[in-house]
Amino acid sequence: MKKSKSFWGYCLLALVIYAVVQLSISMQLLDLYYQNMLITMCINIMLAVSLHIVIGITGQFSIGHAGFLAVGAYLSAVATMKLGLPFPIAILIGAVVAALAGLLVGIPTLRLKGDYLAIATLGFAEIIRIVFLNVDYVGGAAGMVVNHMSTWTYAFIGVVITILVISNFTNSRHGRGCIAIREDEIAADAMGINTTYYKVIAFAIGSFFAGLAGAIYAHNFYIIQPTTFGFLKSFDILIYVVLGGLGSLSGSVLAAILLTVVSTYLANFPETRMIIYSLVLIIVMLYRPTGLMGTKEITDLFKIGKKGGSKA
Amino acid sequence: MTNNLLIKAENVGIQFGGLKAVQNVNMYLNKGELIGLIGPNGAGKTTTFNMLTGVYQPTEGAITFDGKKINGLKPYQVTKLGISRTFQNIRLFKDLSVLDNVKVANHNLAKHSIVSSIFRLPSHFSGEKKMEEESLAFLKIFGLDVYKDELAKNLPYGMQRRLEIARALAANPKLLLLDEPAAGMNPQETHDLMELIAFIRKEFGLTILLIEHDMHLVMGICERIYVLDHGQLIADGTPTEIRNNPKVIEAYLGEEVVD
Repeated sequence: MKKSKSFWGYCLLALVIYAVVQLSISMQLLDLYYQNMLITMCINIMLAVSLHIVIGITGQFSIGHAGFLAVGAYLSAVATMKLGLPFPIAILIGAVVAALAGLLVGIPTLRLKGDYLAIATLGFAEIIRIVFLNVDYVGGAAGMVVNHMSTWTYAFIGVVITILVISNFTNSRHGRGCIAIREDEIAADAMGINTTYYKVIAFAIGSFFAGLAGAIYAHNFYIIQPTTFGFLKSFDILIYVVLGGLGSLSGSVLAAILLTVVSTYLANFPETRMIIYSLVLIIVMLYRPTGLMGTKEITDLFKIGKKGGSKA
Repeated sequence: MTNNLLIKAENVGIQFGGLKAVQNVNMYLNKGELIGLIGPNGAGKTTTFNMLTGVYQPTEGAITFDGKKINGLKPYQVTKLGISRTFQNIRLFKDLSVLDNVKVANHNLAKHSIVSSIFRLPSHFSGEKKMEEESLAFLKIFGLDVYKDELAKNLPYGMQRRLEIARALAANPKLLLLDEPAAGMNPQETHDLMELIAFIRKEFGLTILLIEHDMHLVMGICERIYVLDHGQLIADGTPTEIRNNPKVIEAYLGEEVVD
C-alpha cells in the first residue's frame, strides 16, 4: 500500500512539472530558446534512461545506442513526411522498428562480453548509419527535411512513459534477473535465469525507447542527417549513464538534465565549449568516481537506512 | 533401485584442448542420499560439478537426471529441471540485498510476464508477494532474516556461505550440489553447517552431493563417498571403506615406502 502511495506521489510530481512548464509556455514566459532546451532535455533523458537499462541494469556495455536513435528518427520521419501518417502513430512506428532493430542486433552480439560487445554494437550502429546515408529515399547524405511537430507535451509524455516502464521493469522479477546478470552472469545462469533471453529483452526495451526519443528528436530539428547519429552521439548518451552512476535511473536522469543545461549555455562560447564540457566531466569523475548517484536512487536519500528503494 | 535413481553419469569426461581434465566418471545418486565427492586439489571435482550443471558440456558420456538426458542443456535449463548448486569461490550478487539474492533464485516460482510487470497488473503484485514470502521463509531457516536489507557483500564470510546455500535452495532443487560449503570456516561454524545441511535435507527431501576437504565433515555426514584423483574415479564406498582404501591413502599421502 505504501508503494502505491509513493507511486501516486510521483504522478502528482510529474503532473505539477508538466503543468508549470505548460502554463509558462502558454503565458509566453518561456521563449522558443528555452522551450527547445526543455525538449532537448526530455530527449536526452529518454536516451539516458533507455541506455541505463542496457548498461546500468543488465551490465551489457553497448556503445551503439545512436543507431537505434537513428532508426526511430528516420522511420518516424518517413511515416509523417512520406506516408502522411499522424505524429503519434509515427512515434510508435519509430519505436517499434527500433525495438526490432534492437532484437536483430542483440541476438548475435549479446553472446559477446565486455570490450567485444562494445566494438560489435559500435559496428552495428555504424552500419545502420551508413544504410541511411546510402538510401536516396530518405535523402542520403543531404538529410531529410522534417516538419516541426514535437511539442513539450509529446516530449514530456515520452519521458514519463520511458521512466515508468523501465522502473517498473527493473522492480520486478525480470529486472532482478537482469541485475543478477550484471552482478554475476554464471551465478545468474546457475540460479535458473535465462541470461540470453533477458539480455536481448533489455536490449530491445532500450532500443524501443531510443527509437521513441529518435521520433521526437526528428520532429524537433527540421532536418535529420546521418552524420548526427555517428558514434559521438552514442558516446554522449554513454556519458549521461556513466556520469549519473551505473545502475541508477535517477542518476542518469540527473546527468542528462545537468549536461543538457551545461551544453546549452556553453553554446554561447563556441571556442571553449568542448574544453569546459570536458572539464566538467573530468571534475565530476574525479570527485564522484562512481557517478553522481553511485548505484543509489534519489528516492533512497529520503528513506535513510532502507536499501534497495523502488521507484513505483 | 532403478525407480529410486535420481542422477546417473555414465563414462562422463571432458577434454580441454589436449588435456583430459576428467574421464570415465561413473556415478549415481539415489533419491534422498547425501554423497561426498573428495579428492586432492586439481583432481577435477569442480569440473565434474560444472558438467553436472551444464556450465561445461562433457565431451564424452551421458548424464541422466530424473530419467532425462541433461548433457547439452544450458545451466538455467538444468536448474529448472531441479539441480541447483553453490560455488567454491562465493558467487553472490554482491550489490543486491540479501533478500534480493534469494528472490533472484526464486525467479521461476512466480510466472507473471514482463507485460504484467510493466503495466503493474494484479498478477505482478500477487507473484512478487509470493516470491517475497517464500524468500523470507528461506532466509528464516538460515537465520539470515535479520540481514535481509543488508547488501550481500557486507555480510560476514560465514553468513555469505550460508546465503549461497539459501539461494541455491530457493531455486527449488531436487539435487543440491555443494562445492566446499565449509571452506574457510572454523570448527564451530563447520559443526553448525553440518547440522544445517542435515536439517534442510530432511526438511526438503533433498539429495545432496558435496565436495569438501574437511574430512571430519565428509566422514561424519555422507553415506557414500566418491574419490577423484587426476580426473578419474579411484574409489567409491562408505566412509569406513574409503578410510581404509589403499588407493585413497596413496592419492592423499603418497605411496608407501617399501624396503
